[in-house]
Amino acid sequence: MNSLLTVSGLSYRKNKNSLFGSQELFRLSPLSFELKRGETMAVMGENGSGKSLLAKLLVGVLEPEGGSILLNGEPVCNTSKQRRFSAIRMIFQHSKESLNPGLTLGRQLDEALILNTGMSASERKKQIENTLIQVGMLPEHQYFYRHMLSEGQHQRAAVARALILNPQVIVADEPFAALDPSVRSQTANLLMSLQQQLGLGFIFISHNLGIVRHISDRILVLEKGQVIESGKTEVIFNWPKSEYTKRTIQAHQELISGQ
Amino acid sequence: MPRPSFYQEEYYPSPMRHTWTEFQNNHVALAGLWCLAFFILAAFIGPMLVPYGPLQQNTDMLLLPPAWDINGEISHLFGTDSLGRDLLSRVIHGCRITLGSSVVLVLIAMLVGCSIGAYAGMSRGLRASVINHLLDAIMAIPTLLIAIIIVAILGTGLLNSMWAITLALIPQFIHQTRDLVRREFQKEYIVAARLDGASNQRLLMRDVLPNMVEVLVVQATMALSVAILDISALGFLNLGAQSPSPELGAMLSESLDTAYAAPWSVALPGAAIFLMVLSINLVGDGLRTALKKRLLQ
Repeated sequence: MNSLLTVSGLSYRKNKNSLFGSQELFRLSPLSFELKRGETMAVMGENGSGKSLLAKLLVGVLEPEGGSILLNGEPVCNTSKQRRFSAIRMIFQHSKESLNPGLTLGRQLDEALILNTGMSASERKKQIENTLIQVGMLPEHQYFYRHMLSEGQHQRAAVARALILNPQVIVADEPFAALDPSVRSQTANLLMSLQQQLGLGFIFISHNLGIVRHISDRILVLEKGQVIESGKTEVIFNWPKSEYTKRTIQAHQELISGQ
Repeated sequence: MPRPSFYQEEYYPSPMRHTWTEFQNNHVALAGLWCLAFFILAAFIGPMLVPYGPLQQNTDMLLLPPAWDINGEISHLFGTDSLGRDLLSRVIHGCRITLGSSVVLVLIAMLVGCSIGAYAGMSRGLRASVINHLLDAIMAIPTLLIAIIIVAILGTGLLNSMWAITLALIPQFIHQTRDLVRREFQKEYIVAARLDGASNQRLLMRDVLPNMVEVLVVQATMALSVAILDISALGFLNLGAQSPSPELGAMLSESLDTAYAAPWSVALPGAAIFLMVLSINLVGDGLRTALKKRLLQ
């Protein structure tokens, strides 16, 4: 089975430009990985290790300095922006902040459809309702504004926004960080079942080792912009190599056995 | 009046409607809104209803006191001035000129200021700064002084004073809009909308503007009260609207000579200006409080 998303030699450098030359603030060393259809890859690492930056590079918020991202064997930089934006979608860390306070949920979902598809108004409405049902909300939620929805519903709305364009890859930047445990596992299970239904590739950034172990097939560990470890989830959980991974996994095991 | 609905979940108030509900709870501001609505109505249809023209002189009835005075007559409700012109007609025409010209100039200033401000907010670096501070020098000079300079060059008149005040109001709108646009563009929902493929212009019109409208309306009410005071002040100083014109400030200065013999001819136009400015300030203040309450929720 050939790979869905191939990333090779992706690098980025964040500079602080001032009058007296530029100063390097952060550097993401070249990294490569492959993602197959229906596969989940988790990205782990400390704060400031470049996880969110990687997510932004993948979805196209930032332009990489070097390297290439291939989607189904085609470089995404060559395909039109529209196709890239609808093929790789992002779920933001703060799902509440990623919703516009002044527009209804339906208007925001509609906007994505207007810009990326040629559907008529009635088709768009149907698609919005279907997507909302798919993520476990009601069709009536399209008339709701941000402040009327709960935290868990914000999360579902963010998932709906990512799914509505029938993407191939979803990049989720710590989607469960702000949720309470029950909603967290609900959303995680929702994402997994959607992944099975739709065969999505899923890149998943998280601190929560329990969820990482539960849903991911492979893990990529970043530290200060460098890949320090990568491999199958079970392998990494049982035989961690690097210092950071050993420490976090040990802490996680102690937490579980302590309960 | 509350909506007669048994099912609360059928009602989805938008943020704007939410602000309006908050505003309605503030009764003083609501009274101000009614007062303002009355003035706007008077400015629109009043001149069609009044029995006399604003310049029509009636030499039989000089300095007639208002109708509620013992010597007054019901045919001239507000009395007449020293040339026998009906004060009620003049005040109503004056409302049209003063309020109308202020509204027009605030709209122009808002349109120009918001476009420049939005452009400055979306561009970066030196260019943004230059655009932002383009008209800042004007803010250092009082409106009246700018008006005097412009009037000295172009000659006196209502139109010239309107240009002067428009010019003086623009920088406030530029700064406000630029700050708002900048702040909103850094928020995550803009990144999300950008990933939907929206261009900058579309982001501004579709995503940012709905969140900005209320703040801009509050700013516009403040600018409107300033504009009314300035227009009538320039009229009073004989720099704006000229003497026979029933502009409220010009009427004040004209009837100042007969202020002892006919105090009503000064008091009534003055009261009109006062009420207009008061009601606009009440509405603006009420809107601002309502907005603050909504944002705090």
